[in-house]
Amino acid sequence: MSIFDYTIAGAAKALKAKEISAVELTTAYNEAVAALNPRLNAYITTTPELALEQAKAADARIAEGSATPLTGIPIAMKDLFCTEGVRTTAGSSILEPFIPPYESTVSGKLKEAGAVMLGKANLDEFAMGSSNITSGYGPVENPWKRQGSDAKLVPGGSSGGSAAAVAARIALAATGTDTGGSIRQPAAFTGLAGIKPTYGRCSRWGVVAFASSLDQPGPMARNVEDNALLLNAMAGFDAKDSTSADREVPDFTAALTRGVRGLKIGIPAEYRLEGTNPEILALWDKGIEWLKAQGAEIIDISLPHTKYGLPVYYIVAPAEASSNLARYDGVRYGKRVDGEDLIDLYERTRAEGFGAEVKRRIMIGTYVLSHGYYDAYYLKAQKVRNLILKDFTDAFGRVDAILTPTAPSAAFGLGEKMDDPVTMYLNDVFTVPASLAGVPAMSVPAGLSADGLPLGLQVIGKHFDEETVFAVSAAIEAAANFTALPEVRAK
Amino acid sequence: MSLDAATVRRIAKLARIRVNDEEVSTLQNELNAILGYVEQLAEVNVEGVEPLSGGAQMALRQREDKLTDGDMAEKILANAPDRIGNFFAVPKVVE
Repeated sequence: MSIFDYTIAGAAKALKAKEISAVELTTAYNEAVAALNPRLNAYITTTPELALEQAKAADARIAEGSATPLTGIPIAMKDLFCTEGVRTTAGSSILEPFIPPYESTVSGKLKEAGAVMLGKANLDEFAMGSSNITSGYGPVENPWKRQGSDAKLVPGGSSGGSAAAVAARIALAATGTDTGGSIRQPAAFTGLAGIKPTYGRCSRWGVVAFASSLDQPGPMARNVEDNALLLNAMAGFDAKDSTSADREVPDFTAALTRGVRGLKIGIPAEYRLEGTNPEILALWDKGIEWLKAQGAEIIDISLPHTKYGLPVYYIVAPAEASSNLARYDGVRYGKRVDGEDLIDLYERTRAEGFGAEVKRRIMIGTYVLSHGYYDAYYLKAQKVRNLILKDFTDAFGRVDAILTPTAPSAAFGLGEKMDDPVTMYLNDVFTVPASLAGVPAMSVPAGLSADGLPLGLQVIGKHFDEETVFAVSAAIEAAANFTALPEVRAK
Repeated sequence: MSLDAATVRRIAKLARIRVNDEEVSTLQNELNAILGYVEQLAEVNVEGVEPLSGGAQMALRQREDKLTDGDMAEKILANAPDRIGNFFAVPKVVE
């Protein structure tokens, strides 16, 4: 067995039994990062010295018996989380240079638990994208290849660096953030499990804001259990986030063995979109059979406003983004391009600092919030958003969880789907509705496409019922027995 | 409804993003594609439906109005492009 074969749970056991040390584990990962990152570009910033220091502290903590399951576990931190003393870019050159003088709540909790940070993972600029190609620090290569082809594929996005790092085994696990699918879609594209918790479950404090009513941090890892271990540490009330949920955090690992016997699983008719890849639909049918075989009751449901999810999202998210990103003006921190007067300084700074996708979204957001268009676009979208939430609350009156595909296709090639922005946006068609409703949803690797690429299934749960999501996801994971590995990886 | 070049320029002005002629024409096409796509919301009947502003299933919390931290001028100024004492030194922003 290679040191890179450990899951979090497995590594924690080996660390406790002194079969390996945290320093050995981190050193192996540091070396793997140095070897593979120049090719994959999964990390924007690597922090090998810091990681080694944290690994030494982890070994001391393990020796004195105060370790948590994450102590000494080397992870990648999406570069949207502010990390004290470590450069944070949000994938944008407009923040260059920015070294946060504070630590985000979620990364701080992981630090406290003893996790080791290998570096800051690449992402779409300000988390706006579905393929990691909008990053100001270059695209990320998906470690998976189509059978018989060497073409570079995207890892999905926006948490594309996190996904590629874990899949290529240059991180044992990673953090991500999900606004419309940014954890789930890259997890599906790289054969990982990843959960977007209920909105409010993990603190947004210190996470660079994209669309505040949708942004939610969450874990990405090799299996469902590792996600539960990570979420245990990441979740919890935070007075510094006004939308943080003041609720008990259960032990999510306890839900993994619950099984699905007697659970009602909803299958929404509207997700059977015309033109969806038949392979995806076949995998969905398989998932239904797996759950049925384990004792779940399958119920056909309707989420009638599903098709309006994307249009609502592409009004609401840009509107919030245009407001959130107004702070990048070149005055008090970050990049500045001098101009003839103040307005000129703002305009030149933002023109040079933001990439094309971010500019597009700021412009759309500005337009839908502008005088005369607010009611027709923004207010209308907020009302339809309420109908989408109602679809879910109605459905959850009848079922315990919902099963759908995660994405309409497997990972696509770098440079594909670039014809117009809307083609790219369609990637998020299955993930956006849960984001708009604020409910938890997890992607689980469930099979391979005919050309050998991973495909994921999505489990959606009720507000704050991540436990059922974990139970159903664990059941799918057990039945799918997904053991395939990407070609490019640390061995 | 579709945006003309003048409207694209106006939006760019409002968004404080400098755009050149070539960008205006690209943005015009892209923004119109996006607006054309979201146009389908017009067919949804939202009579009597309240707008939903957030993902949180609760009212916003309030807290006591008191200091919870402070005395960290060095940290706050750590990323300042320039400083004079404990102040940000920036280009003139108020005429």
